[in-house]
Amino acid sequence: MRKVVLSALAVVGAVSLLAGCASPSTGSGNEAWSGNETGSGNGSSETPVVDQTLTVFAAASLKSTFTELASEFEKSHPGVTVSLTFAGSADLVSQIIEGAPADVVAFADEKNMAKLSDAKLIRGTPQLFASNTLEIAVPRGNPADITSFQDLTKPDAKVVICAEQVPCGSATTKIEQATGITLSPVSEESAVTDVLGKVSSGEADAGLVYVTDVEAAGDAVEGITFPEAAGAVNKYPVGVTVGAAQPELAAEFATLIAGAEGQTILASAGFAKP
Amino acid sequence: MSERVRQRSTLGGIPAWVAVVAAVGALLIVVPIVSLATRVDWPNFAVLVTSPSSLAALALSLRTSVASTALCVLLGVPLALVLARTSFPGKRILRALILLPLVLPPVVGGIALLAAFGRRGLLGSSLETMGVSIAFSTVAVVLAQTFVALPFLVLSLEAALRAAGSRYEAVASTLGASPSSVFRRVTLPLVLPGLVTGAVLAFARALGEFGATLTFAGSLEGVTRTLPLEIYLQRETDPDAAVALALVLVVVAVVVMIVTYGRREIR
Repeated sequence: MRKVVLSALAVVGAVSLLAGCASPSTGSGNEAWSGNETGSGNGSSETPVVDQTLTVFAAASLKSTFTELASEFEKSHPGVTVSLTFAGSADLVSQIIEGAPADVVAFADEKNMAKLSDAKLIRGTPQLFASNTLEIAVPRGNPADITSFQDLTKPDAKVVICAEQVPCGSATTKIEQATGITLSPVSEESAVTDVLGKVSSGEADAGLVYVTDVEAAGDAVEGITFPEAAGAVNKYPVGVTVGAAQPELAAEFATLIAGAEGQTILASAGFAKP
Repeated sequence: MSERVRQRSTLGGIPAWVAVVAAVGALLIVVPIVSLATRVDWPNFAVLVTSPSSLAALALSLRTSVASTALCVLLGVPLALVLARTSFPGKRILRALILLPLVLPPVVGGIALLAAFGRRGLLGSSLETMGVSIAFSTVAVVLAQTFVALPFLVLSLEAALRAAGSRYEAVASTLGASPSSVFRRVTLPLVLPGLVTGAVLAFARALGEFGATLTFAGSLEGVTRTLPLEIYLQRETDPDAAVALALVLVVVAVVVMIVTYGRREIR
């Protein structure tokens, strides 16, 4: 008898393990999106102390600002734990479509948010809360003496950019098209952090990254702004998911980001207004 | 190798629950692979895997994997011989170090390779002054693949050498054969199956290399963007292409495993 029980247990365990990862959470759907119903727009509302977890999925470039914002939110909401996940926007989108539980989502471009909106996984209209532009990053000392976008075409300069498939790469392509200057990079990375890594380690002479990446990298790299960057601005949207367990709490977090306090923290990291 | 006698399936005396748990273990590997096949956009499969970027990635992967397998054989055979036949202080430490890439996350391997061969690396900075630049080149891809694949070849060949023993070699040398001719005419033919297994495993590992390549070599179509890197990138915008290419890699891997292990029992 014991044998049978054991084997049954093993099978059930493994099957639920396999099934658990596959079933997408579709959420209730019939619950209307009503952000201000319970006066939740006010971040300092008296919420009873119950242990709650708010899950936030955010673009990798938001790591430092959202970590700071999350601890502010936890301070003003006793009993609430904010669980943060950072990854490339496209990665997060596919995780959510596959059923990863997220209450609040914030991406580095509107295209990725649109994918979730199209899949009917976002409540209402997402809100734009920040924007980011490209900047040239060079290793400390600027070994290849880069001073402009045109300089990136110097024959002996090793330039690394993002691949066109990711947001920073599509911004790069947009600038190339607008200026008529075609870059010949030595590598097209799939994440802006990989571009930055290759510049800060000195492997590359220059890379195109976001203003905020240069800010975050500190002394390892020098940033060179260029006027052509204004032609490709990435806008960051935030939204609450259809499957959110606590939609009011999620909406409050979104409000914090778009509000004065959030904007101050974002601005100090180099983000511009949307 | 003896002929296997065809047998009817029996439990061979193991408890039934062991077989059940074993089946679960097998399913854990088989189910995701089969599920992958169900995600493939079959009507467009041919178009997806024959796009110029896919073909460039596939060609680069095959070229670099063949090159790194050759490099593994060239360097791995002497290494395995030294580990299996000689004795010297520190040999166990040397073996542990050589097998390290088996357990290291590949991205760590990539960072280590940068520290050695990168532009500001230990060796790379001297190479740079001689006008040789490795990072961002196909050579970097081959180096990364060799780094992660070499232990597979050394491990299987060393096991084969130990299993074969050194009696035939001893006889050959008492008959007057030089060490080099013993190696060529006795040792190598004896351990050839082990060498083939090791080379095929090394090839498969090189083909799947991702982390070290991404960190050390970068990603540029036709130069450093191998099939795994292409899959990773396609996933961002074209998941159907990523899945189709993933299946191609699975098929190659399955063929490699059948060629290596399918024909005979593993020890």
